[in-house]
Amino acid sequence: MWPILLPLIGTIFTFLFKRGGAATISLVTVSAITLAVAGLTRQVLQHGEQYYAVGGWEAPLGIALHADGLSVLMLIMTTIVGASTSVYAMGYVFQGPRAGSAVGGYFFWPLWMFLWTALNVIFLSADIFNLYVGLEILSLSAVALVTLEGKPAAIVAGMRYLLASFLGSLAFLLGVALLYTASGTLELNSLGTRMLSNPSSGLALALIMLGLALKTALFPLHFWLPPAHASAAAPVSALLSGLVVKATFYMVLRLWFDVFPAIATPAVAQILGALGAVGILWGSILALRQQQLKLLIAFSTVAQIGYLFLLFPLSNGMTEIGLDAWSGGVYFALTHACAKAAAFMATGTLVYALGSDRLDDLPGTFRRYPLSVAAFTVAGVNLMGLPPSGGFIAKWLLLTSALNSGQWWFAVVILAGSLLGAGYVFMVLSRMLLDQPQSIADSKQARPVTLTTELSALALAVFVFVLGVTATPLIALLRIGAPF
Amino acid sequence: MSQFQIYGLASVLIFSIGLYGFIVHPHLVRKILAMNIMSSGIFLLLVSAARRDMHAIPDPVPHAMVLTGIVVSVSMTAFALALTRRVVAATGVAALLWMDAPVEAAPIAARNDEHSRDLDRVADPVAADRDDIHLSV
Repeated sequence: MWPILLPLIGTIFTFLFKRGGAATISLVTVSAITLAVAGLTRQVLQHGEQYYAVGGWEAPLGIALHADGLSVLMLIMTTIVGASTSVYAMGYVFQGPRAGSAVGGYFFWPLWMFLWTALNVIFLSADIFNLYVGLEILSLSAVALVTLEGKPAAIVAGMRYLLASFLGSLAFLLGVALLYTASGTLELNSLGTRMLSNPSSGLALALIMLGLALKTALFPLHFWLPPAHASAAAPVSALLSGLVVKATFYMVLRLWFDVFPAIATPAVAQILGALGAVGILWGSILALRQQQLKLLIAFSTVAQIGYLFLLFPLSNGMTEIGLDAWSGGVYFALTHACAKAAAFMATGTLVYALGSDRLDDLPGTFRRYPLSVAAFTVAGVNLMGLPPSGGFIAKWLLLTSALNSGQWWFAVVILAGSLLGAGYVFMVLSRMLLDQPQSIADSKQARPVTLTTELSALALAVFVFVLGVTATPLIALLRIGAPF
Repeated sequence: MSQFQIYGLASVLIFSIGLYGFIVHPHLVRKILAMNIMSSGIFLLLVSAARRDMHAIPDPVPHAMVLTGIVVSVSMTAFALALTRRVVAATGVAALLWMDAPVEAAPIAARNDEHSRDLDRVADPVAADRDDIHLSV
């Protein structure tokens, strides 16, 4: 309950006091949310899965909340990425619609708190219609955050994002309506037990998966993501790439294993996996072709989302191998959230400092902005999946399950994706570490940056290595209430 | 054919008409209208599902869902329309340019009327600057 109420209260107060003290109010809210999530984690660790009927109203009329290992891990991910992004945003200079004014900065806090509410609603819902409401709050606040930057590119990207996610939501809602018509319930577990294999539920599965794939930017429905993530302000890009696409992926995961196991055939799983595999290759290749830093990282997000969808074919059969694939996929989402947010934060600092996001303007940055370059390097190591980062553990789990389940072609894709990932990370790093006379970074044109922005990005990037070391207890937590 | 089946088919038909309109019309306001038609289709399905048996008490849950859906749809529409105004102010057209097309400010000739200049000032510092340049020339 509290993880949802607290950011909502934060939204109201940051909106009321947006011209003064919004950042302070947010920090208080962030600390309160951290405590609430820690409390919930302890509860789940000690007593297993938790159910809560809001206001004492039981299903079908009331809204049920539910926390198991998966939702708690997602809450922890949101708290960590959210806390460091909040600290980062305090030091970040928002451009805003009017040059010189800080309107972008004023509205960032309430919108971000609202986004956080939506994320926590999605992670804790045990009711498919409540998931839909969470999804809509998520898209509304995410689109508003993209357009905060005020540039024509950001507004057009925001509009495209809005149309894509509105369409996704409508497909999802029609799917929900069909499911309710067929089964007469909205509660996830009872939907799962009442699922019958008939054309209506097949159509519902198709609509829901299509809607969520559009919102998660699964290839070939990823077209809206690169412009939206690349043109937003740096803390917003970090939130979008780190958390927002993970929330919709979580919904796919939750519905796939709780609602649809009766009708989700291996063939459907193979389609999702194949789209993920093509997404990995296509996103990485396009990332290699970019000349702009933020677009490169946005295309890398398209590639990394592909890995998440490999989980579905690999976990087929609900065996020990499947459990590996499932934990690998979820762990991948967790580490990617931290690494990608850190990468966007570090590059956001550099883009602000240089006044340009062209790759060719990067030389010399390592001397003047060593902390940001270090943060990008550490995050990049995780994107490549090198040990001892958390990304390595996630890829290792996926890789072993691909080999153990005899689906070697997915193993090939995972390895190829890592190589291509190394390619684009090194493409950026080689330019950052280049010592070139008369580079922008050494000239007077380069702006000074705050230590807050540099350190928060570095801290989040280093945290990915902590995830590499603490994988065992976290994966044990994940198995509480796992569908296997 | 039962009443529910008629309503069900009609709702799918309405949804499809909306989807068709959404895909074929480039104009943003038409796209937003098309989405509202799609939502109406879904609401019709839910409302008809609430009373499949004409002699029983109607099921309140779909009604609650439709109410929530209407609230969501109204706020989405309002937000989308506001954003459309910003898109027009920023690019001069009420449609999305294709992905690779560079997003540029509208040609100055297209923004001579008071109204759109007013929008510019709120929406877009770059375009406002260009206007200033234009005026000083």
